[in-house]
Amino acid sequence: MFYRENGQFKSSYAADQQLLPILQDRVFMFALVAFAFVVVPLVVSDYVFLSLLIPFLILALAAIGLNLVVGYCGQISIGHAAFMAVGAYAAYNLVLRIPQLNFLIVLVLAGLVAAAVGMLFGIPSLRIKGLYLAVATLGAQFFMDWLFARVKWFTNYAHSGSVQTAPVELFGWSIDSPQEKYVFLLAVLILFTVIARNLVRGHIGRAWMAMRDMDVAAEVIGIRPVYAKLSAFAVSSFFVGVAGALWGFVHLGSWEPAAFNLTLSLNLLFMIIIGGMGSILGSFFGAAFIVVLPIVLNQLPQFLGIPMSTAMISHLEFMIFGALIVFFLIVEPHGLARLWAIGKEKLRLWPFPH
Amino acid sequence: MARNWPVVLLCAALLVGLALPLATGASPPGFYVEVLLGGLMTGVLYSLVAMGFALIFKASGVFNFAQGAMVLFAALAVARLAERMPLWAAILLGIVVMIALAFVIERVVLRPLVNQEGIALFMATLGVTFFLDGFGQTVWGSDIYKIDLGIAKEPVMVLQGLFQGGILINKEDVAAALVAVALVAVLALFFQKTATGRALRAVADDHQAAQSIGIPLNRMWVIVWSVAGIVALVAGVIWGSRLGVQFSVSLVALKALPVVILGGLTSVTGAIVGGLIIGVGEKMAEVFLGPVLVKTFDLAGGGIENWFAYVLALLFLLVRPQGLFGEKHIDRV
Repeated sequence: MFYRENGQFKSSYAADQQLLPILQDRVFMFALVAFAFVVVPLVVSDYVFLSLLIPFLILALAAIGLNLVVGYCGQISIGHAAFMAVGAYAAYNLVLRIPQLNFLIVLVLAGLVAAAVGMLFGIPSLRIKGLYLAVATLGAQFFMDWLFARVKWFTNYAHSGSVQTAPVELFGWSIDSPQEKYVFLLAVLILFTVIARNLVRGHIGRAWMAMRDMDVAAEVIGIRPVYAKLSAFAVSSFFVGVAGALWGFVHLGSWEPAAFNLTLSLNLLFMIIIGGMGSILGSFFGAAFIVVLPIVLNQLPQFLGIPMSTAMISHLEFMIFGALIVFFLIVEPHGLARLWAIGKEKLRLWPFPH
Repeated sequence: MARNWPVVLLCAALLVGLALPLATGASPPGFYVEVLLGGLMTGVLYSLVAMGFALIFKASGVFNFAQGAMVLFAALAVARLAERMPLWAAILLGIVVMIALAFVIERVVLRPLVNQEGIALFMATLGVTFFLDGFGQTVWGSDIYKIDLGIAKEPVMVLQGLFQGGILINKEDVAAALVAVALVAVLALFFQKTATGRALRAVADDHQAAQSIGIPLNRMWVIVWSVAGIVALVAGVIWGSRLGVQFSVSLVALKALPVVILGGLTSVTGAIVGGLIIGVGEKMAEVFLGPVLVKTFDLAGGGIENWFAYVLALLFLLVRPQGLFGEKHIDRV
């Protein structure tokens, strides 16, 4: 009744091509963003910021990045945490060696370094695809784990192998309270979301999707696979590298190479499977799901009064993740984003579905 | 021949790398042979895990990421069951468990996903991996367990006449290698001589054609997953007796991925040869290349065997995408 586009006429190309063509969507989105920027920092507790919202924002950014290469370009990667690590360590070394550099520039440069490394490991995708590529990216994961643990230069010859960072400072604004971190990350995430949305609906995104749907046919209609695949890897790694730098600097503060291990890679992959492959919105859903589920699982036994050891809970978490992935692949391969779309479709017809 | 020159070049480079420590006198021949044998032993284990991959990929087109988790699950099952009963009974019961697991996986995961793309199936096996890791540790416990095969662990000195100081060989390793060889022989017989084996080969060749002549596809999948489960069990038991049964087994088993890539996804022979190449290659790299790298680049320790297998597989992929023994893939629109 309220969610209808009746009477909303488009009289210009710009109106036809805007990101949210329906007025109600625009109102909802602006309200949501305003709510997130204004109301949330006022009412939410520090615990929720630190354990829920901040990880969610960064992981959502990483999930968008991974979704670009897996969901849109169809090149499976199970080593994306490695590119997060590249971003984090690049940012660490930039801050360390060029202290006067603005953090935003550091982020961009860290992203570019990650993009370069991502392209390097994306080169095999030109000759191999699908499952073979999975192994190649797994190699990237183990190689990067090793590189940052063993080559002392990257960690500034720290004895323990872990690195520490100072709070981020931006134009004299020191980002150290949970609220400030949240607002900063939210701004970065919104910027990158808009970039990603525009990329995937432009010619680059279409080239990626053509590669995903049928690479040989895409080549026949004039899409260059070298360009499409490597650009997907580069852009994806850029996003993920920025997310990695934020993960290290804003969320963790100090970290060791194990912070970016295979488990994180697989978690990123699960986010986009559960959230929805080939959907920016799905990356948000998936990230939220993966962040919230362990916390719920930790609280639930207490809440129900069932005593449960932490080891048991972590095993249970594994089982539930595994079962959910199989469940989603069977029942709804397009993930939560598809459920959302179905809900919206239903809402348009409500209350007269016929 | 002319078109194969990158492969030849790569193989030649590897052989030179293999011979270098010996030729430059960087290691005494006895030690060299010991490292070589150690690599071969690890290689046998990689081969065993990789064989499970290759079997499943051939018969059902599923790239089974869960093979490592199956190894861990089987090893945990045998280790815990052996606490209550003799080892042979525990192994038999473990086999029953793995067959039951194959049934469940076929019913719950594979059948609903039939005709999906390879990537979806691969991701489903990722889910199976996580489920099995969690389930196995819930049911069997998550400590480090021991499997005692009843073979003496102390090394024996052999070939003292040939090399100065002789060569140390672990009896258990020799037994493991013999078991692996026996398993390969049994599998080869099973695939070549029995009606079921013939049916499995038919399914591997062409799913639709096999179905049209009345081969029950679903039952074949259960059989091949059961066989893969049993292979995983053997690998798990051998591994568990050498290193103890613990979670890291499922991570080490991931090395079987580069092994199958190197050998060619559909080839059991490739899995075996690939496993040996990777086992020897990474051991050699760790022992002889590692210290050199550490010294030149001032690293905080070696550990290059963590990624060497993948890099080796990647190099092979770049020059020969279908692997050593794989079939050439031709795309058509």
